[in-house]
Amino acid sequence: MQTRGQLRALKTIARKETVRILRIWIQTIVPPVITMTLYFVIFGNLIGRRIGDMGGFDYMQYMAPGLIMMSVISNSYGNVVSSFFGAKFQGHLQEMIVAPMQTWVIILGHVVGGVIRGLSVGLVVTIVALFFTHLEVQHPLTAISILVLTSVVFSLGGMINAIFATKFDDISIIPTFVLGPLTYLGGVFYTIALLPDFWAKVSAFNPILYMVNGFRYGVLGVSDIDIGMAFAVILVFLALAFATCFYLISRGIGIRE
Amino acid sequence: MHNRRSMQALSIRNLSKTYANGVTALRGIDLDVAEGDFFALLGPNGAGKSTAIGIVTSLVNKTGGTVEVFGHNIETELEKAKACIGVVPQEINLNQWDTVYNCVYNPAGFYGLSAKRSRIRTETCLRELQLWERRDETARNLSGGMKRRLMIARALVHKPKLLILDEPTAGVDIEIRRSMWDFLRHINQKGTTIILTTHYLEEAENLCRHVGIIDDGRIVENDRMSAVLRKLHQEVFLLNLEESVPADFQLQGFSSTVVNENEIEVEMHKGTSLNQLFKALSAAGINVTSMRNKTNRLEELFMRLVERREDERTREVTEPEQRI
Repeated sequence: MQTRGQLRALKTIARKETVRILRIWIQTIVPPVITMTLYFVIFGNLIGRRIGDMGGFDYMQYMAPGLIMMSVISNSYGNVVSSFFGAKFQGHLQEMIVAPMQTWVIILGHVVGGVIRGLSVGLVVTIVALFFTHLEVQHPLTAISILVLTSVVFSLGGMINAIFATKFDDISIIPTFVLGPLTYLGGVFYTIALLPDFWAKVSAFNPILYMVNGFRYGVLGVSDIDIGMAFAVILVFLALAFATCFYLISRGIGIRE
Repeated sequence: MHNRRSMQALSIRNLSKTYANGVTALRGIDLDVAEGDFFALLGPNGAGKSTAIGIVTSLVNKTGGTVEVFGHNIETELEKAKACIGVVPQEINLNQWDTVYNCVYNPAGFYGLSAKRSRIRTETCLRELQLWERRDETARNLSGGMKRRLMIARALVHKPKLLILDEPTAGVDIEIRRSMWDFLRHINQKGTTIILTTHYLEEAENLCRHVGIIDDGRIVENDRMSAVLRKLHQEVFLLNLEESVPADFQLQGFSSTVVNENEIEVEMHKGTSLNQLFKALSAAGINVTSMRNKTNRLEELFMRLVERREDERTREVTEPEQRI
């Protein structure tokens, strides 16, 4: 199949994924918005007032970029893991395997779906945040780049999870036991300057710290991490995740017998 | 073997497959299916049919051997080979939450068809399979027969040169099965090569021109359907009689059994003509009101081949013990 055909196939997967997100909007868009609204009300408004300033901003302002990033991460991951595993479980993933699509098309098509959902939820959460606090984006290009790249990394992560998953339990283990803790410990709610030296050093091994702080730099202009380092870490994880997906799908691991 | 001058739609050489759990599903099979053929691939459960089809359609990784689809090797020209194939799997694998329309439209895009062409082909295929009126319903709301037809529509949307159907009529009622047969004959006449696996041997006998029988991972028969059926040495006919016959009645020159007073069973050996049978019946003063073939001929042959293989396997296992 020529390049034009491959691009048509890519467009088809992206369209299919978008239709899926919109068809089940009550499951894909609404729950994260409710959760994030509760975070803003409870942690930002009620508890945050007693915390005072953090990183030179009021707590609600400081927390908002972290919550936006948190929703982008969990929704990008969740979209691809559930869509890809659902297709595998129902068997219609075979439609793509038997078609003359190249491996990158299958990966990118699903990543586009993950990014669309991640950014859609991120946008709605941003709108919700504006009801609670004032946000003035300091470095728009940096903020958008970090957000999109992070969304791509976790979409790929969701795909790797789905490839190895053999039952529905397997697609909730990583989000519950790995992704959740790493996100909460990734500087969403605090600056690592508050941590004892040892734990601050341990936090440096958490890739989500770089993503949250990169985005916070884009929005508020402050970060615990050097922005160049944030981009480097994200790009390294993106390359690793893409290479892993490419290897697994082209070898048929988890999707062919 | 018959002579096939036209291009091979499918050419398999020394194809083998051993699964990770150690089960060997294919033991070096060779198979050719000519362009335009209607080919039946038969075999008992676990014989290796679905594995062979899975390898051809890239759903199963092979252990050894080569597969070419219209001259395209699946290792070196996989995309070209895939573009030639449409597959209808054994299990229903539709996206149950998608509309009937999207179940066909999306796969058209996977094969690189433009949006306009995808719309045209989707409508054509859904109309041909009588599903156009149901296009806005979700796939899960369709009956079993409709889902099978939808999978055929999906497999045909990119106009494949080779259509592979893995038990397409399993669980489908007789009326729908017959209409599916008509449809498959129609597309075969229009030039699509078809490979069919089925448990309904009547289906294979009715539709297919060539047959391959696979058992225990080996091809045990591969020839024209007519040539394969000629290998039968005998057939059994059931005759309904105008008058009753005694319980110990024997038809002169034939091996016969009385089923009931108005029905007898007659074994006809290869080379015996029906004229001889009727001559014997006339001589006995018996008028026949109707007659039918008791067994499905292909089924009988199939059972013999499989049973013979079973005997050989049993001997392979027991003989070494006897030597001890």
